[in-house]
Amino acid sequence: MSDQTTPRPAQEAPVVPAQGRSGTGATGGPSLVKEGPDPGAARRRQLPRLFPLHQVHSLGLLVVLLLLGVVGAATSGNFLTTDNIVNILTSAAVIGVITVGQTFVIIGGGIDLSVGAIVAVASVWCTTVATQSYGLGGMVFTAVVVGSVVGLLNGVLIAYGKIVAFITTLAMMASARGVAERLSDRQSQVVTVESFNRIATDKILGVPLLVYLMAGIVVLGWLLLNRTTFGRRTFAVGGNPEAARLAGIAVRRHTMLLYVLSGVCCGIAAVMLTARTTSGASNLGNLYELDSIAAVIIGGTLLAGGRGSLFGSILGVLVFTTITNIFVLNNLTTDIQEIAKGLIILVAVLLQRTRGARPPA
Amino acid sequence: MRGITKEFPGAKALDGVDLEVEPGEVHCLLGQNGAGKSTLIKVLAGAHQPDSGDLTWDGEPVVLPSPTAAMRHGISTIYQELDLVDGLSVADNIFLGHERARYGLTRRGETAAAARELLSSLGHPEIAPGTEVGSLSPAQQQIVSMARALSHDTRLIVMDEPSAVLTQDEVGNLFRVIGELTAAGVAVLYISHRMGEIRTIGTRVTVLKDGRTVAGGLPATTPTSQLVALMTGRESAYDFPQRGGQRALPAREEVLRVEHLTQPGSFEDVSFSVRAGEIVGLVGLVGSGRSEILHAVYGATRPASGSVVVDGRPLPPGRVTAAVKAGVGLAPEERKSQALFLQDSVVRNVSISSLGRFARFGWLDRRREAAAATARVAALDLRPADPQRAVGTLSGGNQQKAVLARWLLRGCRVLLLDEPTRGVDVGARSELYALVRELADSGVAVLFVSSEVPEVLGLADRALVLREGRIVHEAEAASLKESHVLDLVMEESRP
Repeated sequence: MSDQTTPRPAQEAPVVPAQGRSGTGATGGPSLVKEGPDPGAARRRQLPRLFPLHQVHSLGLLVVLLLLGVVGAATSGNFLTTDNIVNILTSAAVIGVITVGQTFVIIGGGIDLSVGAIVAVASVWCTTVATQSYGLGGMVFTAVVVGSVVGLLNGVLIAYGKIVAFITTLAMMASARGVAERLSDRQSQVVTVESFNRIATDKILGVPLLVYLMAGIVVLGWLLLNRTTFGRRTFAVGGNPEAARLAGIAVRRHTMLLYVLSGVCCGIAAVMLTARTTSGASNLGNLYELDSIAAVIIGGTLLAGGRGSLFGSILGVLVFTTITNIFVLNNLTTDIQEIAKGLIILVAVLLQRTRGARPPA
Repeated sequence: MRGITKEFPGAKALDGVDLEVEPGEVHCLLGQNGAGKSTLIKVLAGAHQPDSGDLTWDGEPVVLPSPTAAMRHGISTIYQELDLVDGLSVADNIFLGHERARYGLTRRGETAAAARELLSSLGHPEIAPGTEVGSLSPAQQQIVSMARALSHDTRLIVMDEPSAVLTQDEVGNLFRVIGELTAAGVAVLYISHRMGEIRTIGTRVTVLKDGRTVAGGLPATTPTSQLVALMTGRESAYDFPQRGGQRALPAREEVLRVEHLTQPGSFEDVSFSVRAGEIVGLVGLVGSGRSEILHAVYGATRPASGSVVVDGRPLPPGRVTAAVKAGVGLAPEERKSQALFLQDSVVRNVSISSLGRFARFGWLDRRREAAAATARVAALDLRPADPQRAVGTLSGGNQQKAVLARWLLRGCRVLLLDEPTRGVDVGARSELYALVRELADSGVAVLFVSSEVPEVLGLADRALVLREGRIVHEAEAASLKESHVLDLVMEESRP
């Protein structure tokens, strides 16, 4: 219960200075939740512009994460150990990388249900006997190329074939996994290239390479989204595709590129996951589409597109992995875990709705 | 309504509004954008709750806690932004919320029959009840909206700028319907920026300014200058800028040339050209192909045949990106849905078409971007002068300025304006006219579409008259008379 009530003050806290500034301080708090000309804009100016648009939501999520930390530390003595925290980050790494791509796609007004299947097909393809004979470089190259080609296929069908993203990627989800099963004959393909497996086992300063990989991709993704023309156009294409088109943006090409980007992220994630399990298999990445979409949504990105935050998405991933970790430490069954995940998604969407309820006048 | 106030955080939208509407009258509500008209309507429709003040209905005080409550009392509202469900049929839209149903099953036959009856009473029997609303023209959608309002047992109909999307003869038809309604004792609250209309159908006029009633229940015969003065503190209604560089015109080079542009069903064999520094106006009824021509020139649609030449180079048909690259800009008719990213800041809206200029290898220099956009916005005197404000919170006129600023920043050779003053109040219109003229004087070729004949005659150098997709007349705008243009435009559609 405390999970649900405590984030609120944190959400409203930044509003207070804005309120004072516009001179309506006396009217009091609750009415501020109602629509107004631009408390959001005022808030945006108040805060440092580290994380545009959704930083307030992200702060709320940060509080949730801290609370989870408190709960974890209180229920298990092992929670706050370095090993465990590294453990959490490591298990967040794969889904984190996928979520970067998913965030771009969703902000751009689409959705990618095929991410899990792309991971599977990339994992299987990069671990065939033939591919493994090319060594580490060949395997990584194959995974990324397979990921981007499947993403390109998604993108072409959606942007130029004008098939709804949901349907296209749903179809891709089924058929890409089918391809993975056919390629591997449903056997797991053990990786014999030692250097490849070391991607998952190598550590720098006690932290696995996987975590650095995720961090690097998240930072790159954040810069791409918030500091480049590509990112700006992604927001525009998702926010109002018709206006974007009439403003001279190549909307179809941009949409296609978003799915390629998602595919590339899946390819990288496939490398990381395959190295962790030291084998390629067609059942890898199962249900990752749901995990990544859930993380994006609780991170404050609108499912309708046009607004969102990569930072929020990553916090979303961390919230989910931390919950799993706490449940495992306390020997709780996975069914309760799933219920908790579901509840968190609902609460996050409810919070998002009160924020999104403000109509654009 | 008495002493209605409504406060939003940071802004007092209504500050003591009085309004009295009698049965059987057409009461006109006048006021600049931001005067509180829309808020007032929403209070009447039960969509907003007033913070103080009383509503009296039939001599009894009432509260309208919800839109449904307002409808039960017989108050229907036709909003400016049509609120129809595109994917549903005409009949379903008309009876949305109060479906003809029994035991939860809709009665399709009865619904269709009732819809048909309503539509023919509005003079539009040609709209089939089974048609999907999204496939109708804006004017037809307006009729459906009205039919919906009438489908309730209505005693007061609020119309927010109903004529904005209508052509002259459709407006005539609207007035006929309004006449019939008022004869039956229904009261109409009519909001419009067009003085002529108020003159024609209005009984009384109430003027709002800054959330207050500045004059209530004036007779509709009050001189325009007096009404405009009440709204703005200014005297004249339309201020058209001087046609400046006219003497130099023939010498200027041709920037845009359109040759034999054809799209069966929309327009046929359209050819014209626009010179640098010239403003050309396209007049015609809704459905005469005005907007369609602009869209084809811009590459937003691909015409069946014909060519568009900018600065001597033909544009590839159907490619907006190529047109923009060649220096063509469009301010579309539906600002909110076709031009703006409502939640985004003014800066982002302005810079979106010129991002490449502020980037190196895709990396945005956001400081330069903001500075350049802010400079354009300031040059256009966009208010409030806050470039970080969400563009959706601005008034219609200022939103239009944001769109113009976008093309100013991009720097264009040809500017296409589709109904540039739609939803823009009288004061801001003059400003926009001056801006467009200024742009033209700086060498831009301007082509604009308007359904308001005086606007074309006042602003344009040259006017092209369209009828059923063909250019039927071309003349210096200054030499044309409004009545003549109306004649040309409607010749065929006359009985």
